[in-house]
Amino acid sequence: MLIAQEFVRPIIDWHGVAPELTLLAIGAMVTLVDIIWNEKAQRIIPTLTGLGFLAALLPVLTLWSDRDELPRVMWDGAYVVDEYSLVLKGLFLVSAYVVVLLATNYMHDGDYYEGEFYQLVSASVVGMLVMTSARDLISIFVAIELISIPAYLMAAWRKRDLKSNEAGLKYMLMGVFASALMLYGMSLLYGFAGDTRLAAIAPALRSSESIPLITLAVVFVVVGFGFKVSAVPFHTWAPDTYEGAPTPLTAFLAVASKAAGFVALMSVVIVAFPEQSGVAEPLLWVLAAVTMTVGNLIAMRQTNIVRMLAYSGIAQAGYMIAPLAVFGDVPSSAARAIVIYLVIYAAMNLGAFAVVITAARKTRSGEISSYGGLFQYAPGLAVLMTLFLFSLAGIPPFGGWYAKYQVFLVLVEPATTAGYVLAAIGAVNAVLAAFYYLSIMKQMWFMPEPNGDHTRVQITPSLQAALAITAIVTLVTGVLPGVIPDVGDLVVALP
Amino acid sequence: MTEFLNDWGISLMVFLPLIGAALMAFVPASQEENHKTIALFTTLATGLVGILLIADFDYDNSDVLQFAVDARWIEVINARYTVAMDGMSLPLIALTLLVVPLVIIYSWNHIPNPGNPKTFLMLILVLHTGMLGSFVAQDLVLFFVFFEVVLLPMFFMIGVWGGEDRLYASLKFFLYTLFGSALMLVSFLALYVLAGSSTFNMVQLAENVVTEDISKTAQVLIFGGMFMGFGIKVPMFPFHTWLPDAHTQAPTQGSVILAAVLLKLGTYGFIRIAIPILPEAAVEWAPWIGLLAVIGIIYGALGCLAQTDMKRLIAFSSVAHMGYVMLGIATLTDFGINAAIFGMVAHGIITGMLFFIAGSIKERYHTLEIARLGGLLVQAPKMGWILAITTMASLGLPGLAGFWGEFPAILAAYDPAPGLSDALFRVYMVIAAIGTVLAAAYLLWLLQRTAFGTPSEEFENDPHIHDVVTEEWIAWTPLLILMVVLGFYPRLIFGITDDAVINSLLALGG
Repeated sequence: MLIAQEFVRPIIDWHGVAPELTLLAIGAMVTLVDIIWNEKAQRIIPTLTGLGFLAALLPVLTLWSDRDELPRVMWDGAYVVDEYSLVLKGLFLVSAYVVVLLATNYMHDGDYYEGEFYQLVSASVVGMLVMTSARDLISIFVAIELISIPAYLMAAWRKRDLKSNEAGLKYMLMGVFASALMLYGMSLLYGFAGDTRLAAIAPALRSSESIPLITLAVVFVVVGFGFKVSAVPFHTWAPDTYEGAPTPLTAFLAVASKAAGFVALMSVVIVAFPEQSGVAEPLLWVLAAVTMTVGNLIAMRQTNIVRMLAYSGIAQAGYMIAPLAVFGDVPSSAARAIVIYLVIYAAMNLGAFAVVITAARKTRSGEISSYGGLFQYAPGLAVLMTLFLFSLAGIPPFGGWYAKYQVFLVLVEPATTAGYVLAAIGAVNAVLAAFYYLSIMKQMWFMPEPNGDHTRVQITPSLQAALAITAIVTLVTGVLPGVIPDVGDLVVALP
Repeated sequence: MTEFLNDWGISLMVFLPLIGAALMAFVPASQEENHKTIALFTTLATGLVGILLIADFDYDNSDVLQFAVDARWIEVINARYTVAMDGMSLPLIALTLLVVPLVIIYSWNHIPNPGNPKTFLMLILVLHTGMLGSFVAQDLVLFFVFFEVVLLPMFFMIGVWGGEDRLYASLKFFLYTLFGSALMLVSFLALYVLAGSSTFNMVQLAENVVTEDISKTAQVLIFGGMFMGFGIKVPMFPFHTWLPDAHTQAPTQGSVILAAVLLKLGTYGFIRIAIPILPEAAVEWAPWIGLLAVIGIIYGALGCLAQTDMKRLIAFSSVAHMGYVMLGIATLTDFGINAAIFGMVAHGIITGMLFFIAGSIKERYHTLEIARLGGLLVQAPKMGWILAITTMASLGLPGLAGFWGEFPAILAAYDPAPGLSDALFRVYMVIAAIGTVLAAAYLLWLLQRTAFGTPSEEFENDPHIHDVVTEEWIAWTPLLILMVVLGFYPRLIFGITDDAVINSLLALGG
């Protein structure tokens, strides 16, 4: 009967999907340039990709300026452009631009494949843009795979290095496993609702009687996303992958890819499970508490800075999950807090990675001890790293404090014991985290350079740009947090 | 002029040091003299703005928040840029404005190892902004930001320019304080939400707590979070252990600022935020605060008697002195809190001075081990006399500043606020009085061992040991004068604080 129905071409709001289409076109163009001019084009491809991300930012801005038209709902509510998705699209595009800046010299000097790398980055970012608007199980799944599959390849980019191979393989196996879990949960959800749209799932779950099966579906979906955002105990892939992968890609995974996982988690939990908060909240509460605590405790023992940042990122993910542990009472505030956290986290973490990549150009090492004496021979870099680390530790006046502040605010807002306890756990964790951030500070400021080598660090123009962008955002969001655009309420209703 | 001061005075005062620091960032590190000059002029200019404000302050209405500015800041969360000063903050602002330039003058020829005056002085200026900001902020979020900003420069001052164990000390200082302030932030937020999620303004919050009818349990818990934040900063027993390490390892300038101003942020937090906003919870907590305060008095004094290092001894004496301040606060009476504010200022001047002297002794003798010192009055008589006067002030000799901090605080414990057990506080009073005897013991013993007698053989003919030099005179004279003036004319501070303190206790019904 379905087949007999005449196909009606859905109305497409071209302006609404312009960012995705622009980026798609740019990606295709980069591929063509790479194929046609091959070696000769290697120098311009990073620039071209970077400009492509900025070009895709233009339609985001025009959509933002045309906010009265929002939300733009397409395909019967499966795809929504609202303020929430626009802010996140902007975040992803700017983050990707910074990642390109970080990768430019790294990829060239390391003699890795260049053109392909940027094509894959573009593909992954298209997935992220789709993710921000996806309000439908299938488009969420497609977006997640579009983000992940290029990332599996890129993690193994340093193919002559065993660790990089391990990174790629581990990441892929874990990622595929997570996808399978998630897909299973999604299939159960579809079974209940007979619809893949999140907004249609919510009322279907409400009227359903099969509590155990719904619980199972919620748990599977949340656990699947738990892998993607590297929540403890599903985090074991992250440190190995982060250490083995090329560092710019690590930055990409730790910031953009993780953020995309959060976007998916947020959309699904807030839009589809408002009635299931009794199941989802305790689960997310435990995930948040365990993730931040375990992440911090293990981060303390790290001697490699990338691994340390990986574990610190896990701990930070715990803070980002925390608002979802009380989402049932305050869905809008929870979403707002997580988006603000994501924006600030992206700036400060990308900044820290930018310093790591810059410093490695001289030290050729990722060991924390190699940061000794950084303040002596590269004071500017040491000050910037200090800024990023203090921000990660949540010390005003750098952005991180506002991110943590928002999380705490959401946790105490419903005035429940669970919220207060989680806030207190978060407060204690802030101290644990400060401990290892300070250990880097100690190396940079208080220790001598281990080899007595005081040659200056050469900071290439693209790295300079990356450092400047991240530092300015980190500082401005800390002093005037109001500049972060308000994401408004998530669109939860069907058209 | 008045109009300008009303609108911009406080902001200018708070941010001038930051502008100075930004200016210094553009001067190459090799031009050391320029850096010192810029830093000094910045603090003097800040002081000048401060003096204008203090001169323009309406002393007849010292309970009213003056020069208030209320501007938009973070609208999403209703946090505003609200600054103002009243009689309670004025003495502390004045203390800050005085101490920082003195520290910079002292730094002229005393930049501790490993040098780099540019960064060192820039950090002091950032610290200056943070401290002033904390004393003028009338919005909890703004206060939190300034309160935390203070952490960073101090961490680096101890860690880079400190003594042998500086890494341990700086880390300990940072983590302890951060732990307190993280819990403090959570309790600020809980307060905000429970009080109707409408404002972070301290005055309005105090009103909202009454109108929103927040349960007593919640109030007590929120007070507990604030207690952690402020109590660690004071520091109160048993959270004091960061202080001796930080003080001993910090460079002289760091110790002076730490003792003179930083510790007061904690006590100020109690009288400005915790007690006025949550008076009911304060009554519940007061006996415990009083208990910890008197334990701190005795413990700090006993700690002093056991020390072999002069700087560490002074650090432990801080624990004891801050115990008197906290005892005054715990009585929840206007008398006690006035005494506490006086105690804060007096402790700032006296202990700051003691750390200056310790720094100068260290510079001359290259040690602060009490057993190796001796005969200061023979080798550097002027310095010896200064040390003698300061220790007398510290032990609370009438006629010097220290007396008016300790004695009224003890007296106030005789008659605590309604709702508090008279008997309990009278026991505290007795214990605190015993503490003064111990204070006399350890301070006089210190004086005896370092200043009296003959110089040890080791230093007998050491050419490095000379008397007070010019920049020391400039840095020390104002503190010495204040010690005497405040000792003879305590109304200088009591007259300013009294109205504001009474106003802050209105909610207590006393």
